[in-house]
Amino acid sequence: MVETLHRALGLTDAEADAIDAVLGRPANPLETAMFSVMWSEHCSYKSSRLHLRRLPTEAPWVLVGPGEGAGVIDAGDGIAVAMRIESHNHPSAVEPYQGAATGVGGIIRDVFTMGARPIALMDSLRFGPLDEARSRWLFEGVVHGIAGYGNAVGVPTVGGETSFDACYAGNPLVNVFCLGVMPVSRIALARASGTGNLAVLVGASTGRDGIGGVSVLASAGFGAEADDTKRPSVQVGDPFEEKRLIEACLELLDSGLVVGVQDLGGAGITCAVSETAAKGGAGMDVWVSEVHQREPGMTAAEVMTSESQERVLVIVTPADLDAVRAVCERWEVRASVIGAVTGTGRLRVLDAPGGTVLADVPAAALEDGKPLYDRPQRAAAPVELGPVVFDDAGTDLLALLADPSWVYRQYDHQLFLNTVTPPGGDAAVLRLKAPGLPPSRRALAVSTDGNARWCAVDPRAGAAMTVAESCLNVACAGARPVALVNCLNFGNPEHPRVMWELSSAIDGIADACGALGIPVIGGNVSLYNESAGDDIDPTPIVAVLGLIDALERRPPGVGLVDGAALLLVGGQGDLALGGSRWAVERGGGARRGGPLPALDLALHARVVELVAGIVADGLVLGVHDVAEGGLAVALAEMAVASSVGFRVVVGGAAELWTEAPSRAVVCTADPAAVEARAREAGVPVRVLGRAGGDRLVVDGLLDVEAGEAEAAFRGAIPAAVGA
Amino acid sequence: MTHVGVVVYPGTNCEHDVAEALESVGATCELVWHTRTGLGGCDAVVLPGGFAHGDYLRPGAIARFSPVTAAVAAFARDGGPVLGICNGFQVLTEAGLLPGALQKNRGLAFLCTTVDVRVETTRSALTGEAACGQVLRIPINHFEGNYTCGVETLAELRDGDRIVLRYTDNPNGSVDDIAGICNEAGNVVGLMPHPERASDALLGSVDGLVLLRSFVGAKQLARSG
Amino acid sequence: MSGFDVLVEVRLRPGIADPQGATIERALPALGFGGISGVSVGKAFRLRVEAATEDEARTRADDLAHRLLSNPVIEDATTTVLA
Repeated sequence: MVETLHRALGLTDAEADAIDAVLGRPANPLETAMFSVMWSEHCSYKSSRLHLRRLPTEAPWVLVGPGEGAGVIDAGDGIAVAMRIESHNHPSAVEPYQGAATGVGGIIRDVFTMGARPIALMDSLRFGPLDEARSRWLFEGVVHGIAGYGNAVGVPTVGGETSFDACYAGNPLVNVFCLGVMPVSRIALARASGTGNLAVLVGASTGRDGIGGVSVLASAGFGAEADDTKRPSVQVGDPFEEKRLIEACLELLDSGLVVGVQDLGGAGITCAVSETAAKGGAGMDVWVSEVHQREPGMTAAEVMTSESQERVLVIVTPADLDAVRAVCERWEVRASVIGAVTGTGRLRVLDAPGGTVLADVPAAALEDGKPLYDRPQRAAAPVELGPVVFDDAGTDLLALLADPSWVYRQYDHQLFLNTVTPPGGDAAVLRLKAPGLPPSRRALAVSTDGNARWCAVDPRAGAAMTVAESCLNVACAGARPVALVNCLNFGNPEHPRVMWELSSAIDGIADACGALGIPVIGGNVSLYNESAGDDIDPTPIVAVLGLIDALERRPPGVGLVDGAALLLVGGQGDLALGGSRWAVERGGGARRGGPLPALDLALHARVVELVAGIVADGLVLGVHDVAEGGLAVALAEMAVASSVGFRVVVGGAAELWTEAPSRAVVCTADPAAVEARAREAGVPVRVLGRAGGDRLVVDGLLDVEAGEAEAAFRGAIPAAVGA
Repeated sequence: MTHVGVVVYPGTNCEHDVAEALESVGATCELVWHTRTGLGGCDAVVLPGGFAHGDYLRPGAIARFSPVTAAVAAFARDGGPVLGICNGFQVLTEAGLLPGALQKNRGLAFLCTTVDVRVETTRSALTGEAACGQVLRIPINHFEGNYTCGVETLAELRDGDRIVLRYTDNPNGSVDDIAGICNEAGNVVGLMPHPERASDALLGSVDGLVLLRSFVGAKQLARSG
Repeated sequence: MSGFDVLVEVRLRPGIADPQGATIERALPALGFGGISGVSVGKAFRLRVEAATEDEARTRADDLAHRLLSNPVIEDATTTVLA
C-alpha cells in the first residue's frame, strides 16, 4: 500500500528509496505526502536546478538574490525594490478566472513577505488562437481573474504582454510579475531561529484547496473507499483577505514584531515550515490541531499539504505574541500559534501540542535533500526557413496589428498615482514613491518580454535576444537596466529535446545578462506544459527592471510627431527572416525555420546606453524598439498611437519584416544631435524618413491609409473575442 | 486651512492618493479608520475609492453599517461638505445619503480609462470654482459605475439642478449620462470618476484640480450659508 | 430555541437592466439550447435562523433581507422557510 502511495503522489521508486534512506526507516503516509509535495518538480526544481546555477546572480546593488521569496535591489535613496515573476499555468487551464486570480495572490505574497509594499503587477500571457472557443474562454477568464483579484486587492497592473499560438491551445501560460518597494531597513527574510520562538499562521482558514486526486490520503486509511466529494478543490482567491493580510504583515514588520516571515504557496504549510526551519538551521514542531481550519474532519496530511490561499507564517518571540495578536485583530486576520522552533534540527508534526508524533524528519532533508537531476538532452535538428513569398505588404501589416487595450483597460493601472507611462508602451514607468518611503526623484521602468518563435528556432540565441529586447524596452523609457527575473515555461523535461531547450535557454539568458551586466535576482520554472501531448514551444519570459535617476518629464513613449524626422539607430543590414512572425504567418516560411538574425551583445549594450541617454536628455519625441513584426509593425504602432502617418525608405521587402535585434526607431526634431550621439557611442544610425500626413508609406513597398491601420489595430482583439 | 477627514474602510485603497491630491491644493488631511464614531476636527470628509469589504454582497453595502458612516451622515446633515469618489459614491447611495444605485457597467467589464465629463452645475461642493459646460478629462476605474435611479428620482435630480457631472461619451450605461450627483443642499456629492488621478501633469491630466480646489473651498460656503 | 433553515432570494426589480441575464440568454442558442427565454440573474442566500416559531424566523429573515441582503432601489427579496 505504501508503495502504491508514493507513486500515486508522483514520487519515483528511486525517490521513495532515497526518502527511506534519509529517515533510516520506511516513511509513513504523512511523511510520504510531505516529501511528495516538497520534492515535486514545482517545489524542488529537480530538473532545472543544476542548470540554473549557470545564471549570473551578483552585482553590487543586489541585496537579496535568488532563493528567497523575491529578489531585492538597492534603488538608491535608501529604497529597496523587490520583484518576482511566477507561473500559474496548470490551474489556469482548469479554471481560468481562479487560476489567474490565485496566481496574482501568490506573487503578491512573495513580495510583501519580503517586507515590500506591492506597488505594481504585470502579466505575460499565452493562449491558443482566438478562433477556437476554448481559447477565447481561457483568455477572457484569465484576464477577468487578473483584473478581479488585482483590482480588488489594490495593486495596479501596469503592463504586460499577450500573444497567441497553436502550441498553447490546451496549456495556456499565465506568468504574473509583482514589484514592491520598502526602506532598505525593512527587508525581511524567512528564517526560523531562536529555540522557543513560535510559528504563527496568519490569514485565511485552511481547507482542502489544491488537494486533488489524493483519495487514498483523504480517506485516511488503507482500503477505504474513495470519497466522491473529495474531487480536486480548485483554489479560490479572496482579494479582500489578502489586502488585510498585506496591511497586517507590513505593520508587523514595521513594528519589528517578527523574526521571520514566509509565504505559503505550493505545498502549503509543509513548504513554509521546512523552508523556514532549514534556512534557520533549526528544527520545528507543528501541531495540526492548532491550524485554523474551515472544513471539518481534515486529516493531518490534508492540513500539511493544503494550498488554501492568503496565508503566511510568521516567526515570533513569545514576548511579542500578544502584540502580534493585537495587530492581527485590528486588521481582522486570524492568527494561530501552530508550532514552535526547536533546537533539534528535526521537523516534527504532532496532532496536538504535547500529543502524538505523526511525522518526524530531518528539517534539512526536505529542503536540502531535494533530488537533483541531470536529465538527458538532445539538440533539435535545425530547420531551414525555406523560400518566402513577398506579397502585398499592406495586407500583411494590417493582419499583424493588434491593440492589447482590450486587456489592460480591465486593469486598474493608475492606483497610487505613480504610473507615468501606462500600459501599451515599451515599458511601464513608475515613480518611486509609497507611504513611508524616503523621498526620491527616481523612477522605475519595467518590461516583460518573451518570444517563443525565436527560442523555437534556436533556444540559446532566442533567449539571449529576449533578454536583449527587454533591456532595450526599458532603455526606450530612458532607464538603465539593472536586474532581471525570469519565468521559464517549457514542456516535459523527460523529453530530451525539451531538456536541451531549457538548458540552452538558460545559457542564452546567462550570455546576455553577463554581457549586459545585469544580475538575475530570481526566477521560476514551469515544466510539463504540454498541449494534447505536444510540448509547448520553449517560452522563457523575462522581466527587466530599469532605473531612471531623476524623472523630470514624461518619457516620450511610442508615438510620432507631425513633421519630425525618423531615424533607425542600432544594427543595420541584417535581413535574416528566421524567427520572424511575418515569415511564418504571412510569408510561407517553415515553422521553427532559421537561422535567426545575429545578436552582437557588445553593440547591443551600446545601443541600450545610447537610447536611454537620448530619451533621458529630451532629444526624442517618440521612440519604439523593433521586435516582433519587424520595422513595419514598429513604425505602424508608432503611427496609430498618435494618429500621425509617416513616409520612409528602406532597402527592400525583407527589411520590413526582419526581427534583427538591437534596433530602435527614433522620432526627433533634432536628427543631427541624435546622429552625433550615435556616432560618439559607436552605434550605426540612418535616416528613414519623416513623420506626418495621413498615410503609412514605405516607398515602393507599402502604402496604407492611417485610418485603415488604426481600425485594424483597434479592432483585432475585440473582433476575435466577439465583443 | 481646510482639514479633511479621509475615511478608510477595510479594503479601501485610494486614501493616500486622495490625501496627496488634497494636500497639493492646500488642505491638510487625516485618515479616519471606519470604527471611529466621531469626525471632530474635520472641516470636510471624503470617502475615497477602492473595494470596501471587498465589494462583497454589493459595493458599499457592508460599509454603510460601519460606525463611521453614521458619523458621516450626521456631518452631512449639519451641512458639512462630503465627497464620495467611486466606491465612496457607492457607499453614499447604499447609506441613503444620495439617491439611486450603481450597477454593473453595461459592457460587463471593468473599465480603467480616461473620459471627458462636463460640469453641469456650479452649486455643488465639488464644482463651486468650475464653470458650467467646462469639459474635464478625468480617469474612471470601475466595474459597477452604471448609475441607475427611478423615473421620479431622475426628474428630481434634473429639476433640482443636482446632476453635477455628465459623461460626454457614456462609457458604462449610466442613465442620462450621469457621472456625479449631489443632494438637495449641494454639500454631499458623489461621482464615479477619480479627480485625484487627474491632479499631476506628470501623470497626464490636471483637470481634477478645479474639482478638488472647489471642494476644499466649499467649507466656507457651508459655514456662511 | 430551535433553528430554521431559510432561503432568501434576491432578484432585480422589474425594469432594472440585467445585462448578465441578457448575455446568457443571447448565448444559449449557439450552445444548443433553444426555446429558453426570460433569463435573469439573482442571488440566493441560505441561512439558519434561531427562532421559537417559523413565523418569527421568517420575520427576522425578511428584516435581514430588506435591510442588508438586498438594495431596495434595484432589488426585490423573497424569503422562504425551508421544510
